Formats: sequence, structure tokens, C-alpha cells
Amino acid sequence: MSETRNNLHNTPVSAFDSLAENANASRSSVRFSGDVTLTFLVWVSATLVVGMFLWLLGDLLFHGYSKLSLAFLIEAPHNSGREGGIAPILVSTLLILGVALLATLPLGLGAAVYLSEFSVGKTARLIRMSLNMLAGVPSIVFGLFGNALFCIWLGMGFSIWSGGLTLACMMLPLFISTTEAGLSAVSNEWRQGAAALGLSHAATLWHVLLPAAAPAMTAGLMLSIGRALAETAALIFTSGYVDRMPESLADSGRALSVHIYDMSMNVTGGDETAYGSALVLITMLVLISSVAVSLTNRFLAQRITPL
Amino acid sequence: MISSQHNTSSRARADTILTRVTGSLALMVGVLLGLVLLLLIKESGAVLEDGGWARFFDSDGWYPQSGEYNLLPMLWATLAASLGALLIALPLGVMSAVFSRFYAPAWMVNPLRRIMMLLAGIPSVVYGLWGLTVLVPLLGSWMPPGSSLLSAICILALMILPTVSLTSEAALTAVSPESLHGAAALGLSRKGIVLGVALPEARAGILAGALLATMRALGETMAVLMVAGNVVQTPSSLFDPIRVLTANIALEMPYAIGDHRAALFASGLLLMMIVTLLAWLASRQGRHIHV
Repeated sequence: MSETRNNLHNTPVSAFDSLAENANASRSSVRFSGDVTLTFLVWVSATLVVGMFLWLLGDLLFHGYSKLSLAFLIEAPHNSGREGGIAPILVSTLLILGVALLATLPLGLGAAVYLSEFSVGKTARLIRMSLNMLAGVPSIVFGLFGNALFCIWLGMGFSIWSGGLTLACMMLPLFISTTEAGLSAVSNEWRQGAAALGLSHAATLWHVLLPAAAPAMTAGLMLSIGRALAETAALIFTSGYVDRMPESLADSGRALSVHIYDMSMNVTGGDETAYGSALVLITMLVLISSVAVSLTNRFLAQRITPL
Repeated sequence: MISSQHNTSSRARADTILTRVTGSLALMVGVLLGLVLLLLIKESGAVLEDGGWARFFDSDGWYPQSGEYNLLPMLWATLAASLGALLIALPLGVMSAVFSRFYAPAWMVNPLRRIMMLLAGIPSVVYGLWGLTVLVPLLGSWMPPGSSLLSAICILALMILPTVSLTSEAALTAVSPESLHGAAALGLSRKGIVLGVALPEARAGILAGALLATMRALGETMAVLMVAGNVVQTPSSLFDPIRVLTANIALEMPYAIGDHRAALFASGLLLMMIVTLLAWLASRQGRHIHV
């Protein structure tokens, strides 16, 4: 739906631009001076934003570049992380992410299908409301929740299980809302066509709706993974600090983001490692978000029916 | 005939099963929120029972060893940092949204949006790292110690800027082209159109975005923890080191036991109530527009 609106808008606004251009050409000098001030301010703020971005990225590259090597990725940390690499930390990160996805995918997919295809009345509204509220809960509060529920009540202790399940709770709202949007964007004519052919709801879902919504859903999944990789506060007291190679999912494992925190705050002389790890993390995030963007674009380009 | 009937009923059964399964999955997700609330309340119960909420606001200070749990200094610090960040990020974000909607050359619009999305995706701990190693020494050379309310404000502003800018841009895009055309036809200058037509019409959306950004600032932990100095005190100037509620939880949770731990859960509950209130306000604002 929102794409329709954008398309409708883009054309007229460029038309408006040329109209405004004509108006600008013939306006009075008083108006002109006011216009110049605003133009100046607007350009300055945009430049400032881009400047900050380049400053941040430049520092990351400058400090992190020297650390980056194959050895950094495949070696264990030595001397509390000042030397050596981040191999066990990468493994823990991926394991935590894997546990989180294992819980998020079935739950989120089921909930999204229900909300988009079957939901009626109060229950659905209640579920939507609680999803919106969950999406706003600060990550540190999820950390408290995960610590109380998974680590203590369910007796999992500081472990990859606890961290992954806590992350799953955080990812769910985003994954469900993007998946639901993908399903809702499938044209109703497809549903009607499937119904006219005598397909059951289940078959329609499996053969028509899910394939059609797959790219949008994958894009949503990538966004959720990005969110999960960036998370620190919820993991500090659920999956813990241990930087050894995890032997099982019941072991504590240090995520990459927690490693960055620990290196910069608790280890003197760990800044270089922190920057190196940050660079690795950002590279992963950029790759994931590029996949998400290209999938969304392909999804929009491949549509048979206009949205 | 019979086979067709059989077919129909089995199809209906498959549909019923599908509805029930997905419905119960959805219900589990709904239950999650209740579970979060329930656990927070239960875990903070120990402290709430003897003394109630008043204990968090009229004790002598935050001295967990002697059972004094005054949250007010940290609450003020949290609010000051978030509001300060909003004061910087709101004008900058709205201006850059106006820029990409009305002023930018066409080729700049997409790269600018990609930059904003990238900035929005940078992990908070990386902002914290940058703040700790670049911003804090810089501010410290001007006004020691550097780790202060001001550095927290700067980092938070940088973090919520993309949220403000992207939501404002969406709100500006949703302004009806008829209004813009009408204004242009009346001979309004570009400035007149932006200030007189586009921004007023996008007001509700921009406000909703600002509320979302404030929520993010209030709930932010790592970045503030790393740059703000973490001294429990009511900030009296921009250069005082401060400790916010979220950072307090992250710092003390590893060793907190008993009442102390319960007090941390209570501060989490307080935080969640503030954020939920803002989310509710934002959804009321957002109802008027369709971002």
C-alpha cells in the first residue's frame, strides 16, 4: 500500500518542483533573502549529518583496519583479548543467533499468518497491541526478563540458550510485523483466484501466499537478524561474558557486541581489538542490510500485479 | 459425489487445524508481554512490599548496601539526557528530511536515505565505543572530565537522528500533492511551501517520530553507559557525570542480590511504564497520519 502512495506522490512532486522553480525565478527580493536562509540551514543540516557519518565511519576504519586479518578471525583471544583473535566470540555469536532464529521463525511465521489471514475481532487486536508494546520495551528490560525467566526460573544459567531465547523475544515483534506486511501485500485477487479453483485455505497459504510473500519475509528476517546482532544490553546477563570456545549450547558464550563493550570498558589497551571487532560487526550488518534491500527491490520489481 | 464430499470435509479440517495452530502461536506471542510484565512485578515484589513505591523517591540516595534506593537522581539524569538529545536531533532531523524532500538534487536523495538507514543500523555499543574513544577525550580537553551529561546528549542525539529524519521524511512524503500544487500555483516561494504547507500538514507524523526517538533514547543502555561517567547524582550542569536508569541496571545487575536486585527490577518496571506511555501517545498521534 505504501508503495502505491509513494508512486502516486513522486511524479506530482517532481512536477511541483518545476512549478516551484518557475515561481522562484520570478519572486521578489524580500522573499528571496528568507529563502536563502532556509536553503542555507537545510543544506548545513544535511551536510552535518553526512559529515558525522563520515567521521564515525572514518574512525572505525582508521582504528580497526590494522587489526583486521584472517588470523584475527580464526584465532582465540589472548591476554584478555588484547592480542589474538575473536574466533570463539564469532562462534558464540552465530550460535546465539541460531537459537534465536530457531525460536523466532515458527512462532513469528505462525503469528504473522494468523494476524494477516485469520485474525478477527478482539483477540487479534489484543495481540497486535501487545506486539506494539513489546516492540517498545527497552533492551535492558528484556535482559532483566531473560535473566529472571531463562537463567533462573528455567535453570538454564548463563548460557547460549538463555541469550538466544531472550533475543528471540526481542526479534519477534519486528519479524512478525514485516512478515505480516509481506502477506498483506499479496493481492486479494490471488486469494480469490485460489478460492475459485477450490483450494483450501491451507493450500492457498502454502502454494500461493507464502511463495509470493517470500522475498518480503526474507527482507524482514534480515532486518531482525541485524537487530539481534547489534544487541548488547540484553545479552550481558543472559549469555554472559565467557570468551572460551563454547562446547555446547548450555555454555556461556560472549557475543561480538559484548566483546566490543568489554574490550573498551574493562580491558585497558583493548581499544584496538574493540575497533577491529566493531569493524567485523558493521561489515556483517552492512552485508545483511544489502541483502534485505536488494530482496525488497526484487520483490517490488517481480510483482505480477501492481500493488 | 462421496469422494468430493470427503474432500470438502478434509479440506475444512485442514483449515480448522491451520487456524488453531497459527492462532495459538499468535496467542503465545501475545502472552509474552504479560509474562514480561508479570516477571518484572514478581521480581521487584520484595522491595515493593516493604515500603512501596515511595521508597524509590524519598530515600536519602542510592545506597544499596544500606537499603536506600532513591531512583530520582537517575530518573532526572535519564530525562535530561533524552530531552537534550531530542532538542538537538529534532531540528537537525527535520531539516535534513526537508532537504531530501524539497531541496536535494535528485541524485542525492537515495544515497542520503541509505546513509540514514546505515546510521540507524549501527549497534549502540559501536556508538558507545566511538563516544568513549573520540567524543569524550574531545569534550574532556575542553571541559574535564569529558564523561558527562553533555557527551551522553551528543551520543544519544546522533543515535536518534536517523529515526527522526526517516519518520519526518515519511510524513513529508505523505503530504497530499494537491496542497503542494495549490501552494505552488498561488506563487508561494519554496520556503513558503515548506514552512506554510508541508511542515504543518506533516506535523502529526513528525511528532509521532519524535516520540519514537525519545523512547529509543530513554531505553538506550550501552552508549550512555560508556560515555556518561556513571556517577549517581542529580545533574546540575551539562558537564556533570551522570548515571541513567538503564546503565544502573547494566552496571549493578551482575552482583546484585536480594532487595538490591528487586530494586533494579523495579527500576526496569518504571522504565517500561514511561516508555509504554510514550508509545501510547505516539500511536494516538500516528492515527491522524498514515506513515
